[in-house]
Amino acid sequence: MKHLRIILSVLFILALLVTACSKATPTPMPTKAAAQPTKAPEAKTKTLVLGFTASNTGKYAKESKEQTQGLKLWAEAVKKKGGIKLSDGTIVTFELKSYDDESTKERVQQLYTKLITEDKADLLVSPYSSGLTAAAAVIAEQYGKIMVTTGAASDSIYKQGYQRVYQIYTPASRYLTGAVDALKAWDPNAKKLAVVYEKTKFATGVATAAKEYAEKNGFEIVLFEGYEKGTTDFGPFINKIEAAKPDAIIGGGHFQDGSTFAKQLYEKKTPVKMIAILVAPAVPEFAELGDAAVGVIGPSQWESLAKYSPESAKAAGLAWCGPTIDEFVSAYKAAYGYEPGYHAAGGYAAGLVLERAIKMADSVDPDAIKAALDKMDVMIFFGHIKFDTGEAHGLQIGHDMVYLQWQKDKSGNLVREIVWPEAAKTAEPLYPLQR
Amino acid sequence: MDVLIASVVDGLLIGFVYGLAAMGLTLIFGVMDVVNLSHGALIALGMFGAYLLYTGLGINPYIGLFFVLIGGILLGMALYGIAIHPLLHGPHLSTLLSTFAISMIIVGVGTALFTSTPRNIDISMGALTLGPVRILGTRVIAALMAILMAVGLYIFMYRTHTGKSVRAVANNRDAAELVGIPSTRILALSFGLGTMLAMVSGGLIATLFPFSILSGGTYELKSFVICVLGGLGNPTGALLGGLILGLIEGFIPVFMPVGWTPVIEFTLFVIILLVRPSGILGAR
Repeated sequence: MKHLRIILSVLFILALLVTACSKATPTPMPTKAAAQPTKAPEAKTKTLVLGFTASNTGKYAKESKEQTQGLKLWAEAVKKKGGIKLSDGTIVTFELKSYDDESTKERVQQLYTKLITEDKADLLVSPYSSGLTAAAAVIAEQYGKIMVTTGAASDSIYKQGYQRVYQIYTPASRYLTGAVDALKAWDPNAKKLAVVYEKTKFATGVATAAKEYAEKNGFEIVLFEGYEKGTTDFGPFINKIEAAKPDAIIGGGHFQDGSTFAKQLYEKKTPVKMIAILVAPAVPEFAELGDAAVGVIGPSQWESLAKYSPESAKAAGLAWCGPTIDEFVSAYKAAYGYEPGYHAAGGYAAGLVLERAIKMADSVDPDAIKAALDKMDVMIFFGHIKFDTGEAHGLQIGHDMVYLQWQKDKSGNLVREIVWPEAAKTAEPLYPLQR
Repeated sequence: MDVLIASVVDGLLIGFVYGLAAMGLTLIFGVMDVVNLSHGALIALGMFGAYLLYTGLGINPYIGLFFVLIGGILLGMALYGIAIHPLLHGPHLSTLLSTFAISMIIVGVGTALFTSTPRNIDISMGALTLGPVRILGTRVIAALMAILMAVGLYIFMYRTHTGKSVRAVANNRDAAELVGIPSTRILALSFGLGTMLAMVSGGLIATLFPFSILSGGTYELKSFVICVLGGLGNPTGALLGGLILGLIEGFIPVFMPVGWTPVIEFTLFVIILLVRPSGILGAR
C-alpha cells in the first residue's frame, strides 16, 4: 500500500506537469496587426498603438469575439488602404495590442494598466460589457488616455465626469423603450408587463429606465425583479412570472443567461404574447436554440438591413464616412464566413470613429483627437454618431436602437428581421407569440 | 395555486439530484470523519466528463454516466491513497486542508484546460404537460437516475458483504479490523463511492443547466446544507435533505424576490446546527 501510494502520488504530479506544459497557460497572449510603412521616401510614418482587452474566455466570450473580429476587420481595412494620410504627408498606421481579460474586472484593471504603462498604448478601445468597461474607463481616465467604448451601454459610466471616454453604443436608458412603444402599437390592449433583469450594471440600468418609461405609457408592471448573475436555473423564476400573468416579458441580461432564459421559457411553454430580451437575440449563436428562438425580440444597436447610407446621411444633413452597410457585411462574411451582428459592427465602428477623429484633427496629438471627437457629428454604416459634451460627457446622443425578431423564412431557416421602428422594418412582427 | 403545484414538482425533481450530490459528501464524512472540500470540484469534473464524452465521442450523456461512475470510483480511490490515507491519523483538520488542496488543483487545471467559458449539453428529452404543470423530460430522467443510484447505494450498503464492511468501518474502525475487515481498502472504496456520487450528480446537472469548471461551488454549498439538514453520515438523510432544499428553492421565489433563496437556505442551516445538530434523521 505504501509503495502504491508513492507511485500514485508521483504519477499524479507528473500528470499535472504534463498538462501544465502541454497547454498554453492563460497568461496574456498579445495580438498584433503589423504596421506597414508606405513607399514614399520622405513621408513620415506614425504608428499608433491601439490597446484593448478581449474576453477570450469566460462568460462574455461569445459577444467579445464578435466585437474583436469587427475591430480587427477595420484594422485590416486601414492596412489595405496604406494607413491614414494627414495633410502634412504623415502616414498614420495602427498596431493593435490586446490581452484576454477572462471576463473579469480584476484582469481588466491589470491589463489596461499594462497596456498603458508597458505597451505604451496611444489610444484605447474598451472591453465588451458595461461592467468591464467601467473598470477600464477608470484606468483610461487616470492616465489621460482617450478610450472609445463599444459593447458598453450603461449610462452610469458617462456620469462619472470622465473627459476622454466616448461611447459608440446607444445608452442603456434607451434600450427597451422602443420595445414598450412597439407593444403599445401592436396591441393597445396589452397592459401588463413583467420586467426581469440580470443584476448587472447594464441590465439594471436598462430595466429601471424601461419600467419608468412603461409606467409613463400606461402599462402595469406586474413583476419587477432581478436575478443573480450566473443564474442557470430559471425554473422557480419562470413559475413566478407565470403567476403574475403578464402580456409581455422584457429584460434579460447578456448572452449566456438570456439564451438560457429564452430556452427555459420555451420549454415551459410560458403563455406570453411578447418576449423582448437584451443582447442574446442579437448574437448569431442565438439561432442554435432552434424553435426556442422563434419570435424572440431583441433590441439591436445595428442590423445589416438598416437604412443608414450616404443618401440618408445627405437627407439628414450629415456627413458620411466609411464603408456602406453592404460593404461592411460582405467584408465581414468574406473574413469570417457568416453575417455580422451588432457586436461586430460596434467593434468596427469604434475603429472607424477613431480613424475619422484623426482625419478631422489632421494630427495624432491626443488633445486634437479629443477636440475632433467632441465635435463629431457624422453618419457611418452603424448610424448617427454624436457625443454629449456636457455633464454626461462622452454619452452617445446620435445613435438609435432597432428591434429585431427571429423568424422562420420560407425554407424554415431562422433569420433576423427588423420589426421596429416602423420606418426601419423589414418584416411584419410575429405577434402574439404562439406558445 | 397552479404556481405552487409547479413549484413543488420542479423542486422535488431537482431535489433528488441535489440529494444524490449530498450523499457523496455525507458518506465520506460518515465513514471516515473527513469533510471533503473537493466535493464541488468533483461535481464539476463529473459535468465535464459527461460533456466531453458527449461532444467528443458522441456518447449519449445518460450512457456516458456509466463511464463517469466507473471513473469516479477509480479517481476517488486514487485520491484517497494520495491525499487522505497518510493524513487520517495526522494532526486534526489536515484532511480538510488536503481536500481543499485537491479542490484547488482540480479547478486550476480545469480552468487552464477548459477555460471558464460556460458549456452546455444540448439534449432534449421532450416534456409532459400534466394539468397546470409542464415537466421537462431531462429533469424527470435526472430525478429517476438519482433515485436509482440511491436505491443502488442502499442495496450495496445493506445487502452486500462489502457494503456491510463499509458500515462496520464507519461504526468502529478498530473493531472492524479485529473481525478481519481490510479497513484501508474499505476506506479507499468509500472515498471512491463518495467521489462517484459527486461526479454522477455532476453529470446529471450538466444535462439540465449550463456549467463551467467553477460551477461546482454552488452545489458544494448546497450539499453542506443538505448534509446537516439530513444528518451527517446518513445517506437517506441526505436524500431527504435534498428534497427539502429543492422544495425551498421552488417555493421561496413565489413569495419573495429570488435573491432571498440562499438567505433562507443558510438561515435554516444555522438553525438546524443550533437546535438539532444531528439533523432530521439523526447522524450516524
